[in-house]
Amino acid sequence: MNKRDFLKGMILFFPAGGLLEMAANAAAKETAATDAAGAQPAAKGAPAASAYNGDKHYYGMGIEIDKCIGCSRCVEACKAENDVPQEPFYFRTWIERYVITKDHGVIVESINVKGKAAKETPQEDRDVIRTFFVPKLCNHCIHPPCVQVCPVGATFSTKDGVVLVDSERCVGCRYCIQACPYGARYLHPKTRTADKCNFCYHRVVKGLLPACVEVCPTQARIFGDLKSKASRLTRFYRMNKIHVLKPALNTEPKVYYAGLDGEVR
Amino acid sequence: MIETSGQRLGELLEHITGFIYPNEIEIHWSILIVVYPYVTGLVAGAFILASLVKIFNVKALQPTYRLSLLTALAFLLVAPLPLLLHLGRPERFYEILLTPNVTSAMAMFGFVYAWYLMGVLLLEIWFEYRRDLVVLAGQGRGLVRQIHRALSLYSTDVSEAALAFDRKAIRAITVIGIPSAFLLHGYVGFIFGSVKANPWWSSVLMPIVFLMSAIVSGIAMVIFLYMVLTALRKEPLDMLCLDTVTSYLFYAVIVDFSLEALDFIHRLYESEESVGILAKLITDKLFMSLLVLQILLGMFIPLGILVLAKARQFNEDMRKMLYFTAVILIQLGIFATRWNVVIGGQLFSKSFRGLMTYKMEGMGIEGLLLSLVLLAAPFVLLAVLVRILPTRRLEDQVAPARS
Repeated sequence: MNKRDFLKGMILFFPAGGLLEMAANAAAKETAATDAAGAQPAAKGAPAASAYNGDKHYYGMGIEIDKCIGCSRCVEACKAENDVPQEPFYFRTWIERYVITKDHGVIVESINVKGKAAKETPQEDRDVIRTFFVPKLCNHCIHPPCVQVCPVGATFSTKDGVVLVDSERCVGCRYCIQACPYGARYLHPKTRTADKCNFCYHRVVKGLLPACVEVCPTQARIFGDLKSKASRLTRFYRMNKIHVLKPALNTEPKVYYAGLDGEVR
Repeated sequence: MIETSGQRLGELLEHITGFIYPNEIEIHWSILIVVYPYVTGLVAGAFILASLVKIFNVKALQPTYRLSLLTALAFLLVAPLPLLLHLGRPERFYEILLTPNVTSAMAMFGFVYAWYLMGVLLLEIWFEYRRDLVVLAGQGRGLVRQIHRALSLYSTDVSEAALAFDRKAIRAITVIGIPSAFLLHGYVGFIFGSVKANPWWSSVLMPIVFLMSAIVSGIAMVIFLYMVLTALRKEPLDMLCLDTVTSYLFYAVIVDFSLEALDFIHRLYESEESVGILAKLITDKLFMSLLVLQILLGMFIPLGILVLAKARQFNEDMRKMLYFTAVILIQLGIFATRWNVVIGGQLFSKSFRGLMTYKMEGMGIEGLLLSLVLLAAPFVLLAVLVRILPTRRLEDQVAPARS
């Protein structure tokens, strides 16, 4: 293929892509409309979500470290979407910044927390050998220790691979918070029950993306269905060298990191 | 409420050293959860001391037998309170009993507790006291008589055959009771020891260390109560009993110390990923409570005192004073042990890169005041119990008077 052919191809390819997307959107709207229409006569017994079949999905998230610019829009979106208290110590997702220096020192900061310890520590540029951001959230583990220890079964794994907390059932004993190796849980000060990322389950069952994924300007976060061969996550998993957090604990996280540094815990 | 908890946590941000996951700023298991294993430990320890009399026939300990049982009961009745008060939603506590999650160690609490209270302790106490209650109900008048009759469950049979059955029942219950006491407190250790996310807790030795320290604290508590009670009642103290029980205390402290030393050496030698932060935890955060209170004041000094009291031919008063000092120091040390496990395990980040700070509330529901109330409650209960239920058998009380 010479340059001319390539450019010609491009001219055709992008509009074609746009058209396809429009067609897909129209189709999606139609199904949504029929779903809604179908649900209305059925009234209480069968809500609109009845069209959603959890058996057919298995969700996870991919995070490409090199794409994260630490803008924290995901953190803000998450707090707004999920009624997470604004104080800088309640997070369903947060960003850590790692600075690795020449003498193999590691400086880690939570960029969403502005405490004394988390203030910017200026580094001599020449001392820094690499630096990167790591978005963190609940790993929706395949073997979640939080689910294992919950005395009342208020925290549980769904069929589609999401770990949820039933705030109506949680007694607030906080054993799950102790059991989570990733610090992903907190006690919600209003409900006095455990809270954490739920992959925006209310959005996902409607076919939408989690808020953090939706707003990420660099597409550092990829959400998808591991059961679908066509999902972006499946492709991400195939195309990258993947690592998960604290693999030795055998929790089998479903948040997959591409380009994760060994210093990250 | 939300404001204040937010402000409180905000202040703590200033006291972080290194890096922590942002949600980790809040210390979730507070002083109340320190009180809980301390109290159940006393239950298990006191019961095991009582069992020495019945199973191993250590006759010298007979004067402390009933007191041990009542001590266990008084503390057991208070044990669930700190747990209940600590819940974010205490009004939902019954869910642990109605819909327990079978994979959760904590969900077993209700069953272990109920079994120990109903299946072991109350039964043994009833069989032990049945004869005396029948006799007391015959002697007393008015309300006291009614209480004694009700407590004896309106039984009246004091024939030799019935008493023989009582003795047999007590023996059987004690045989089941010892493993149950082990279960009661070993289980508390398992709750901590099975948290793989936390290297300070995650240890197979945890239930055993909990158990041994429970035996230490329980024996020390019964000695303390026995000495105080005899002094209050101006009764003579049975020195043979005191010397014997302090010997058991001495051996228990030795075993407890060996286990904890083993745990420490093992961690240091294996030197896993977490060893750096745990070393910092000990030197920066737990220096006072671990090295000074738990090990020096709570173990070495009382051990020295006990050795001194045994080795030298001191007179009775001197020995009493030494024992008394030792048991108080030991109580302090075991409380510090619980503190170091529960609070210590939450003072370092699971990123192994930083340390947090615990600031105890004063008046709040998870504060110091309430903890002191909860720690005092068993003594109040016990004061009531020893009034209704004599700590010495009636026949024994009568016998010396005649001779």
